Amino acid sequence: MSYTDDNGPMMTMDGKPLKRSLAIALRRQKVRALLLISPLLIFVLFTFLFPIASMLFRSVENDIVSEILPKTVVALHSWDAESGELPDEIVYSAFAGDLQRAAKAKDHTRVGLRLNYEKSGMASLFKKTARQAKKWDLEADTSFKAKLIETHKGWADIAVWQTLKTHSSRYTSGYFLNSIDMRKTVSGPEFQPEDRQILVTLFKRTLIISLVITMSCILLSYPVAWLLANLPMRQANLLMILVLLPFWTSLLVRTSAWKVMLQQQGVINDLLVALGMIEETGRLALINNQLGTVIAMTHILLPFMILPMYSVMQSIPPTYLRAAKSLGATNWTAFWRIYFPQSVPGIGAGSILVFILSIGYYITPEIVGGNKGVFISNRIAYHIFQSMNWGLAAALGTILLVAVLILYWAYDKIVGIDNVKLGG
Amino acid sequence: MQAISSALIADEYKKICCLTRNAIFFHKERDVWENVMKFTKTVFATAALSLFAGLALAEEMTIVSWGGAYSKSQLKAYHEPYTANTGVTIINDESAGTAVPKLRAMNEAGNLTWDVVDVEAGPAMQLCDEGLAMEIDHDFMLADAPDGTLASVDFGDFIVSDCFIPQIVYSYTVGYRNDMVGSTPPTSICALFDTETYPGKRSLKKGALSNMEWALLCDGVAKADIYPMLETAAGQDQALAKLDTIKDDVIWWSAGADTPQLLADGEVVMGSTFNGRLFALIEEQNQPVSMLWDGQIYDLDGWIIPTGLSPERQARALHYVRFATDTQRLADQSKWISYGPTRASSALLVDKHAELGIDMAPHMPTDPANSTNTFLMNYAFWADYKDDIESKFQAWLAQ
Repeated sequence: MSYTDDNGPMMTMDGKPLKRSLAIALRRQKVRALLLISPLLIFVLFTFLFPIASMLFRSVENDIVSEILPKTVVALHSWDAESGELPDEIVYSAFAGDLQRAAKAKDHTRVGLRLNYEKSGMASLFKKTARQAKKWDLEADTSFKAKLIETHKGWADIAVWQTLKTHSSRYTSGYFLNSIDMRKTVSGPEFQPEDRQILVTLFKRTLIISLVITMSCILLSYPVAWLLANLPMRQANLLMILVLLPFWTSLLVRTSAWKVMLQQQGVINDLLVALGMIEETGRLALINNQLGTVIAMTHILLPFMILPMYSVMQSIPPTYLRAAKSLGATNWTAFWRIYFPQSVPGIGAGSILVFILSIGYYITPEIVGGNKGVFISNRIAYHIFQSMNWGLAAALGTILLVAVLILYWAYDKIVGIDNVKLGG
Repeated sequence: MQAISSALIADEYKKICCLTRNAIFFHKERDVWENVMKFTKTVFATAALSLFAGLALAEEMTIVSWGGAYSKSQLKAYHEPYTANTGVTIINDESAGTAVPKLRAMNEAGNLTWDVVDVEAGPAMQLCDEGLAMEIDHDFMLADAPDGTLASVDFGDFIVSDCFIPQIVYSYTVGYRNDMVGSTPPTSICALFDTETYPGKRSLKKGALSNMEWALLCDGVAKADIYPMLETAAGQDQALAKLDTIKDDVIWWSAGADTPQLLADGEVVMGSTFNGRLFALIEEQNQPVSMLWDGQIYDLDGWIIPTGLSPERQARALHYVRFATDTQRLADQSKWISYGPTRASSALLVDKHAELGIDMAPHMPTDPANSTNTFLMNYAFWADYKDDIESKFQAWLAQ
């Protein structure tokens, strides 16, 4: 109930302007909605966004050297790394002090491990030197340059000091340079030696194989989704179970099953030999290469393509096709001009899902990919689990994330994200 | 928590007493009072019981290991007798494969849930360097041999790091199909590179470790020169060039179970893996496969105790480790798996397999008959050069 003042705005019963009253009600509703989703929001924030952000931050973080060797880092400022001469006594004595303190706090090995990613041998250099460093008398001793070089000849190597200086800044671009097969040196970034260049190749390969997988998923899924949407309920349900059954089976079981199928003494090769289609000596190499990765991953990711396609196709009224045909269209024209355009949102949704899932895959490529069918994620896993170079892993992950976001943005520009439907 | 709840119970008890006593004096019925006493006694007894159960429940520790047959051998040889002796419940966590990153993450999060961790020697050294594993005084913290030999002498060279408590010796070794090698079964590790005499695929680890050593050995480099050579770019290139000669004949494995499966299916003629996997394939699954012990590379597996445990948990972890690495326990483990005990004094006690009933000594990588030509993994070398050589190896692999 409300009444209007002749000149003023519309008022509610309690005399407040209706507009404000509505705004208050709306705000209250919004707050209530926010409160309702706040547990989820907080959960996502703390278990998803925050850890990801902190992991990504590692790709530029590099405070370990300047924290453990603070005086050395300051002293190295005045040393010209490209001069071709060793730093002078000031640097060495600052370093001796830092190292002794670090050795007592047992921090020296951490800085050694960090620098070992950049130059092999730094880990043991720090470990061996620190053992002696504990015994030094910082006040009485004078020539630490001679002392350090005597302890380990590594300290007479200019490259060691150059590495130390190059990687002493608090934030570094080094990990990102490493991710694109480059490295940080005293004279600026340069390419890695050719026999160590691998990551750019892997990025490219990951994108190409993922595209191939997405395409083959589209080709295989389209007829299945069409059948699912158009068969009578009973058969469609049965088919649906067949689609979902592998979905519920463990990923590892399915991948291992492909090994048994595809290997040279496997089911498919045995069958082809028995049928006389190939020679005993000419068994096909279907696995431990890129083909193996494509086959196994296409199979594993199929449901992610079929389900969105199916839900979109289900909502396409069959009357449209009938109308097209009654107006004289051939089967093909009716499909291509009427049905297919309406099913594109399903293809779009499925493709995004499959593509994004596949560029992040690492277990399946690891098992069936051999030496040429592995992805960049396998290197990320290696750096997380084996080499423990989390900075590099974070940089690789960041690049992958940005690549996905760019592709998503491009997709939005070209196809339009509103054209993506995950459900009818 | 426990203290609070017992205080609450005491409070409740006082209330019940006063209330009931008033009630009793009002009704003057003695038997009711007795019933109430009985009731409160039971309440107290249950409370005490649950308190005790709570404490007993706290007497548990999480031990991290690898799972499978290996965890079973530890369960039988260490965990079961330890629980029987002390009443401590042992929770077996099977994430040893990712122990290093997980310990690092736990340390950063300040929430340590593991008490004792089973790791290989290489990762143990890394954990020690990062300050994530506790330094061990082997003679003081571990049991002497039965004849009084100090632990550090009994374990000898196998104590490769200050934090590492050795447990077993295993090896990277090669197995071959009896029916695919013709009438001259291989006797040398270099059969891997001899594709003329032994045609067919071979499976090798998808990594530099073990392959680089074998490549140089079979390229005529003396064993003592292998690691010094691998420090140089020329030596690394030489090893990769040797591997290049068989690159197309290799299936690269990443899981220890791969080679046994490939051998069982006849997919490869020979392949490298851990010796225990081959033992299971040959003796338990009766596959036509034999061991080629030549050139085996020893690696070690053992315990570390994470740093940052509370004093009680640390004391318990040390107590467990002292028990689990004494001479008898290490020998007992070899009844369940073909990995050699790291104590010299245990080697003499190696017995028959507990289920198969076969003599285990000939299946130990350390048995004199098997160890005529062996390496001990050079941990110090790999700690320095792993990143470098591995990235070179992977780049070579991807070409």
